[in-house]
Amino acid sequence: MSMLNGITYGLLLFMLSSGLTLIFSMMGILNFAHASFYMLGAYFAYQISAWTGFWPGLLVAPLLVGAVGALVERHGLRRAHRFGHVAELLFTFGLAFLVEEVVHLVWGKVAVDYRIPLELDGTLFSLFETDFPIYKGFMMLVSVGMLLALYALLTRTRIGLIIQAALTKPEMVEALGHNVPRIFMLVFGGGTALAGLAGVIGGNAFVTEPGMAAAVGSIVFVVVVVGGLGSLAGAFIASILIGCIQTFSVALSISITDVFALVGIALPQGSQVARLTITQLAPILPYLLMVAILVFRPRGLMGSRES
Amino acid sequence: MLEVADLHAYYAKSHVLHGVNLRVDAGEIVCLLGRNGVGRSTTAKAVMGLVTGRGSVRFKGREILGRKAYEIAHCGVGYVPENRDVFAGLTVRQNLMLGVKDPKAFARGETRWSIDDMYRLFPRLKERDGTAAGVLSGGEQQMLTLCRTLMGDPDLIMIDEPTEGLAPKIVELVGQFLQEVSRRGISILLIEQKLAIALDISQRLYLMGHGHIVFEGTPADLKNNEAVRKEWLEV
Repeated sequence: MSMLNGITYGLLLFMLSSGLTLIFSMMGILNFAHASFYMLGAYFAYQISAWTGFWPGLLVAPLLVGAVGALVERHGLRRAHRFGHVAELLFTFGLAFLVEEVVHLVWGKVAVDYRIPLELDGTLFSLFETDFPIYKGFMMLVSVGMLLALYALLTRTRIGLIIQAALTKPEMVEALGHNVPRIFMLVFGGGTALAGLAGVIGGNAFVTEPGMAAAVGSIVFVVVVVGGLGSLAGAFIASILIGCIQTFSVALSISITDVFALVGIALPQGSQVARLTITQLAPILPYLLMVAILVFRPRGLMGSRES
Repeated sequence: MLEVADLHAYYAKSHVLHGVNLRVDAGEIVCLLGRNGVGRSTTAKAVMGLVTGRGSVRFKGREILGRKAYEIAHCGVGYVPENRDVFAGLTVRQNLMLGVKDPKAFARGETRWSIDDMYRLFPRLKERDGTAAGVLSGGEQQMLTLCRTLMGDPDLIMIDEPTEGLAPKIVELVGQFLQEVSRRGISILLIEQKLAIALDISQRLYLMGHGHIVFEGTPADLKNNEAVRKEWLEV
């Protein structure tokens, strides 16, 4: 059951990190505002579902977020690009704050009541006396559908081939007559639309509140670093891995003393640290993993870049 | 076809091209010779719009300097870079298809070259059709980048050091291929460091030194002018 929960969470993380890693490897931009688009997706979906119900929002909110993303690339980032990478980083950094402030202004500082639609509320099946909610199954379905669609787009279509080629050699692709700036805009729009979709289906499973971007943002960066900057396959493996680590560790109540006892080392009694349980450590485990990866394999699991 | 006049270019603050003048007429093979670092590649990149330049570059009578690289490509200029920029993860066929600029015209058979043409000229590529381009040999990658640019149906191609690091037999093959391309009415600006194939296949040549043209003439002129060769070409 933890496994299923972990995979669901991992797939959601992948929906976020795939866009981030695509944008990074193609444009060289580490988009600090990526999680803000996730938050926008959730708020847009909340607003649309308040007017017309959940299903139109599922479709419209990611498209809106993607359109906002494309506009940001076209009229903001492209200008900042002329002044180099530092300017781009600062731009996305500022954008993250801007989005948060806009959310404060429009929807207030407390969580909004964005709920799972009634028809998806309930139990899909029970295993070992634990219920698996329908909505988790729905999240999995949407994520896997998106994964397959992304794969088909990148490997089976002309635009996908151009994107793949432009990931490593944008200048050559442009010299062959392809409008690379437009491809950049599409990739940025597509990547942010994926983040928006993650927000739509994640916002009601968790909480839709102004802090949600910051909460998920750092984890998404961990995923991308662990998987290897610019690698979709790496981002996928790292997403599932971190999804599972987080859900499994929450369910484990053994303490550090127990872990060391398992391998035959007795820790001195009475130490505060030794009595911490794995559950209490859960939030920092992904970061520990990132540090371990950076020490032992700096380019990430599947990364090809040295830097 | 191509007229470059008083072309200047800069990398950051260093002034790389100091007023280059050259021209390539329709159906001609013209060679741009010179030692490393004199600005030959920069000239090609500036014409292609990959490096910012100042001056004038006219193609088929239209000014193209200052336009975007993909627009210049659509005007009919093809560029084969010196580092054999194949898309390593894609197959040979996918690489060739990415050279196509106008898929509709290509599907209707309105372009000069088809994939089968390429495979007839280079049977090695046909055998490697489904192979990832990254695992091809240097010679095969060179053929692939040449063919990929031709798939875009250019009227002029600029080729940067196609024979660099290739075995003599392959160099000969590349030379024959360029002549075949030229017979089909495509103008060629060949950038070379050595005289290898330049003297045999080009109609005219330019010699470059320190960012401008220092000699212009036929292959015979250059053969007879030992002083110029010594000063600007031979090591």
